[in-house]
Amino acid sequence: MNTGVAALSGVYRPASAGLWALAWRQLCRDRVALVSLAILLFYLVLMAASGVGLIAADWPREVGVSYAPPGFMGPEAAAPSVGPALEPDAVAASPSEDMGIVDPLAEALAEIRKELAGVSATEARAPTLSFGADKWGRDVLKKAIKGTETSMLVGLVAAALAVFLGTVFGAQAGYYGGRADDFFNWLYSVFTSIPYLLLVLAIAAVLDQKGILTVILILGLTGWTGTFRLVRAEYLKHKVREYVLAADAIGASNRRRMFVHIFPNVSHVVLVQLSLHVVLFIKSEVILSFLGFGVGVDTVSWGSMLNEAQSELLLGKWWQLTAATIAMAVLVTAFSLFADALRDALDPRLK
Amino acid sequence: MLAYFVRRSWQFVPTLLGVVLLIFALFNWVGGDPAYLLAGKMPNPEQIENIRRQLGVDQPYYVQLWIFITQIATGDFGASWATNEKVSDIFTTRLGPSLTVLVPMLVISTLMAMAAAILVAYLRGSLTDRAIMIGCTVGQSISILVYILVFQYVFAYQLGFFPVQGWGNGFAENLLRYAALPIIVGVIVSLAPDTRLYRSFFLEEINQDYVRTARAKGLSENRVMWVHVLRNAAIPIVTNVMIQLPGLLAGAFLIERFFSIPGIGREVILAVERSDFPVIKAVTIYVAIATMVLNLLADLLYKAVDPRVQLK
Repeated sequence: MNTGVAALSGVYRPASAGLWALAWRQLCRDRVALVSLAILLFYLVLMAASGVGLIAADWPREVGVSYAPPGFMGPEAAAPSVGPALEPDAVAASPSEDMGIVDPLAEALAEIRKELAGVSATEARAPTLSFGADKWGRDVLKKAIKGTETSMLVGLVAAALAVFLGTVFGAQAGYYGGRADDFFNWLYSVFTSIPYLLLVLAIAAVLDQKGILTVILILGLTGWTGTFRLVRAEYLKHKVREYVLAADAIGASNRRRMFVHIFPNVSHVVLVQLSLHVVLFIKSEVILSFLGFGVGVDTVSWGSMLNEAQSELLLGKWWQLTAATIAMAVLVTAFSLFADALRDALDPRLK
Repeated sequence: MLAYFVRRSWQFVPTLLGVVLLIFALFNWVGGDPAYLLAGKMPNPEQIENIRRQLGVDQPYYVQLWIFITQIATGDFGASWATNEKVSDIFTTRLGPSLTVLVPMLVISTLMAMAAAILVAYLRGSLTDRAIMIGCTVGQSISILVYILVFQYVFAYQLGFFPVQGWGNGFAENLLRYAALPIIVGVIVSLAPDTRLYRSFFLEEINQDYVRTARAKGLSENRVMWVHVLRNAAIPIVTNVMIQLPGLLAGAFLIERFFSIPGIGREVILAVERSDFPVIKAVTIYVAIATMVLNLLADLLYKAVDPRVQLK
């Protein structure tokens, strides 16, 4: 039976490409989309590598001097003799030499420090790091990588949660209509009548609990409204189509019709919503963490880096601000451009 | 029109009730017992009992809910837990500074974004259009925090064009001296997303038949774009601005915080930091009501300027 149908369609018309194949072809033609996809993949690899501890696992180690400048700037004027440091470890071997004069107290001081701080002080501290250090001498580059992991994790998981909720609510409301539709519409109007960030802040105030999980829950539980509206409209449109009636006729249950038959046909909407929400939530997480309502103090995120950078900037130490800004701007730009391209490819109406 | 107005106002009731329930559940149920929060570091049972009686937390939930509803209706949310200032006073004194920054910011950014959007919509598909759109995406991807930090550092701290932060007493002094840099930052931050949005409004109009008719009549391109297209595209733009307004009132908290402007947004942040529930509750409820009212007004305005719109 099946082969017969396939053979028939093969005879009468050339096999037409599906939505996804068409969309993929459209994406491949768009050079901007491909570049942003490559950047996204790079960030995902970075996040995974940092997540399993391959890179930047030792970010809390205080490897450099306080506010060590980036390597390409050379060390601070206080220690000019060491020259532009290409290998931070090599330079670190002689931190006490100034202009060729050996500090007579250096050894004694080193002894005292060693006794004061235990073993850790014996580690020599680098005067410069590849992208500078923060107040405690932690490597900014490693912090930025770790912050990427935190912010992306929050953005991706919260967006998945929000879009999942929006899809399930929207499917129920659009498919069943009636009471279910009224209820979810009411919920929608309640959530949308409070400005998004105000609601997020109110929940943050009540929970009074920091951590990645809290941020994910706050953002995910409040951010489903946009997806809901779109998915509901799609289900309203699709539930009266012939293929759904046919599914009804062959005895498919309501749930099966909703999620096996209709869902693949609205999944492009969901996918675009997912990528838009990742961007939105990354931005929100940065603001929350900056204000101190986000991730805890033992976690580093772009928001907490920007918070530290606030006072550093007044001292002229711009590298932490730059590192966090560039890391975030590149990711968010790539994600937004990719989301735009995805929408263009999947939704031909908008062209 | 009147029937529509009455029906829409009637729809406020369930929504508002939902908002009240949501806020109530959040603060009275999820938030836990505020007495422990208020009694300080070393609470004794007697003190806690006292505070609970004062706040009505020892009552059953339905009584507490009724207290909350009367608070909303009378506008009397009691005193702030942190400063003991009356919540209604906080509102009246903080609204002025917020509006001093917000209104010029909204007007300037809307006008600038409209001009930019009409230009890129006219040149759609060209290199300029693509470059500006990518520029907008990049501009949007930088956190608002970075804009504020860098602008404050460069223009106020380094170059000294503006005071770093603060607020004066006279309106003119505030507007021209203290609010200037916050307004500039706000305009720059909202320019990119607004331009993108308005561009889509203009694009929708440019392809309409009346534009072709206007060109066929021999009107100049300037007249077609700035009179015919602009007037039609202005409708969604104005309603969009109106809907944004209440959100901005609380949403400008970052700008207000950095520049020490004693506005509503800064009050929200302070309240969240100090777990000052009455202030957060009041702000949330009233901003929600303002959002609903402005949404209705936007719909009515839509109808008034565009008779084709069918109100359902």
